[in-house]
Amino acid sequence: MIDFLKEFWEFLKERKKYWLLPIIIVLALFGALIVLSQGSAVAPFIYTIF
Amino acid sequence: MTSILGISAFYHDSAAALIKDGEIIAAAQEERFTRIKHDPSYPANAVTYVLKESNLKLSEVNHIVFFEKPFLKFERLLETYMAFAPKGFKSFSLSMPIWLREKLFQKKFLFEKLKSQDKNFNDIKKIKFSEHHYSHAASAFYPSPFKEAIILTLDGVGEWATTTVAIGKENKLEMIKEIHFPHSIGLLYSAFTYYTGFKVNSGEYKVMGLAPYGKPKYKDKILKNLLDLKDDGSFKLNMKYFNYATGLTMTNKKFSDLFGQPVRNPKKDLLTDFHMDMASSIQAVTEEIVIKLVKDLQNKFKIKNLCLAGGVALNCVANGKILKEKIFENLWIQPAAGDAGGSLGAALAYWYHELNMPRDQYYDRMRGAYLGPKFNDQDIEQQLNSLNAKFSKKTADEISKEVAKELSNNKTVGWFQGRMEFGPRALGGRSILADPRSEKMQKELNLKIKFRESFRPFAPSILREDLKDWFDLDCDSPYMLLVSDVKKEKQISMSEKDKKLFGIEKLNIKRSSIPAITHVDYSARIQTVHEDTNKKYYDLLKEFKKITDCPVLVNTSFNVRGEPIVNSISDAFNCFMGTNLDILVIENFVLYKNDQDKSIIKDYKDKFELD
Repeated sequence: MIDFLKEFWEFLKERKKYWLLPIIIVLALFGALIVLSQGSAVAPFIYTIF
Repeated sequence: MTSILGISAFYHDSAAALIKDGEIIAAAQEERFTRIKHDPSYPANAVTYVLKESNLKLSEVNHIVFFEKPFLKFERLLETYMAFAPKGFKSFSLSMPIWLREKLFQKKFLFEKLKSQDKNFNDIKKIKFSEHHYSHAASAFYPSPFKEAIILTLDGVGEWATTTVAIGKENKLEMIKEIHFPHSIGLLYSAFTYYTGFKVNSGEYKVMGLAPYGKPKYKDKILKNLLDLKDDGSFKLNMKYFNYATGLTMTNKKFSDLFGQPVRNPKKDLLTDFHMDMASSIQAVTEEIVIKLVKDLQNKFKIKNLCLAGGVALNCVANGKILKEKIFENLWIQPAAGDAGGSLGAALAYWYHELNMPRDQYYDRMRGAYLGPKFNDQDIEQQLNSLNAKFSKKTADEISKEVAKELSNNKTVGWFQGRMEFGPRALGGRSILADPRSEKMQKELNLKIKFRESFRPFAPSILREDLKDWFDLDCDSPYMLLVSDVKKEKQISMSEKDKKLFGIEKLNIKRSSIPAITHVDYSARIQTVHEDTNKKYYDLLKEFKKITDCPVLVNTSFNVRGEPIVNSISDAFNCFMGTNLDILVIENFVLYKNDQDKSIIKDYKDKFELD
């Protein structure tokens, strides 16, 4: 995973597209929440967000 | 010795190619092994095959190059969604989970897949990434016979680019111009493929085949409303009419309203004159764009050679026009011009561009595109026996004499010889052959053997040395990627009554002395056959010419509608038994349908989905 993050950071630097970073972080967080919520423990947290 | 494995996958037509010290050793498309047309999955079977052909283990391969850059593609997706937001949320919500789960981690995914094929493969750093259009351009330039050339790639979309221009000189290949998504000639053509009721990414060649039945009535409407085309061939699409950037269809309601009809539903709506006119119109527009692009390149760079690749380069009618206009002195088109060829291009790009290896031999390096599997006599005999086939073994000389005679008696032949072709065309390795002089042959082949639409044309193979006597063409066309007219003296002109016929009605008129391969506009998609790349096929044509005075055969791919071209002995035998083919020839083994056990005959027609 660390290798992936390093490579992705290199990519953003090369392309000078730092503005994509917040979008990706939000997407990744939501992605993680969706995966975690399948175990239902985090579900109430999601409800409060929406 | 340096070996490089090229891989294209995960969109459509996945494939693997292997080069050793810059020499192309093997290349194959995954669909041929899995029997799933345009199979996009990781090409495990193709990788296994190319390694076997090269006597290498995966862990011994020096570099593995994937044909496109996933990060760059992800960037394009995000930026497109941002640009069109809030439109496109449905498409966004469908695509993001796939990207966040696997596509973004393609390096790791590829590594795991490769490792599952060889547990000793453990160096993830061997995996590299090329750019989609750079891979296409490399596949078009490096195997070409040119020291210097302009390379034009045209397709749907790669990462960002949809159209690119590059200059190639010796081992250098430099991109100089790009047109970016969503403005794409490939996607424009696919939009019309979708609108006329065919499958996107596979039915495009049907639209091209349908075009000569219609008139380009809507050409001006397309040019006026759907795109802004400049004199140098660059263009912008009017995205008001398209839905592919953010939606799940190619066109939208405005597009249907513009032309006055809804999208054709292939399950219930018949093809009408309207669809033929639409096909004719988009074909004419495509040709105009391509010709403008190519003319501008010649004017600007004054280089005499042109190379083409990308899915649009499979539009052999447009290619024929480039040749006819004599814009460039020489033209070379990568036979696997679609995404499958990206695997080969990625490997070649790494060898010449990244490793900076010299390129000093200037001849066609594709070996006639015969880069796939072949079988030895022992294997064939064993497999035919296990299939309960009745067969006899002959010498090569006997085969060409006997098969030529049977062909001249209107028999249809499944011809399975040597290595399988790389690319979508069958070139006399996995072909169905027939007599082009027969008036009934086109209908018979379409309806009884290929089980496909009756309007679909067939292509001729011809001895290279006889080409100019039969067609308005006098250059090599070994990959069946050029269209030209049947020679005037071989044509039969239409009566006034015939001229009034429209659409499919035109099919019933004999248009030349080789009617089975003459399309309704007198054109034909030509393959020239050369002794040095396919001797057996060349000898067969020579024998056929001796008997009939005609050096031409009908050559269509050995498959039925929707089926990938046959790859193995059992694929060939099953297709032979499931269709009305009369004879099957596998290397030196001959099988007659009449000799076979009738109980093995299978219902084959509905085995494959309509495309």
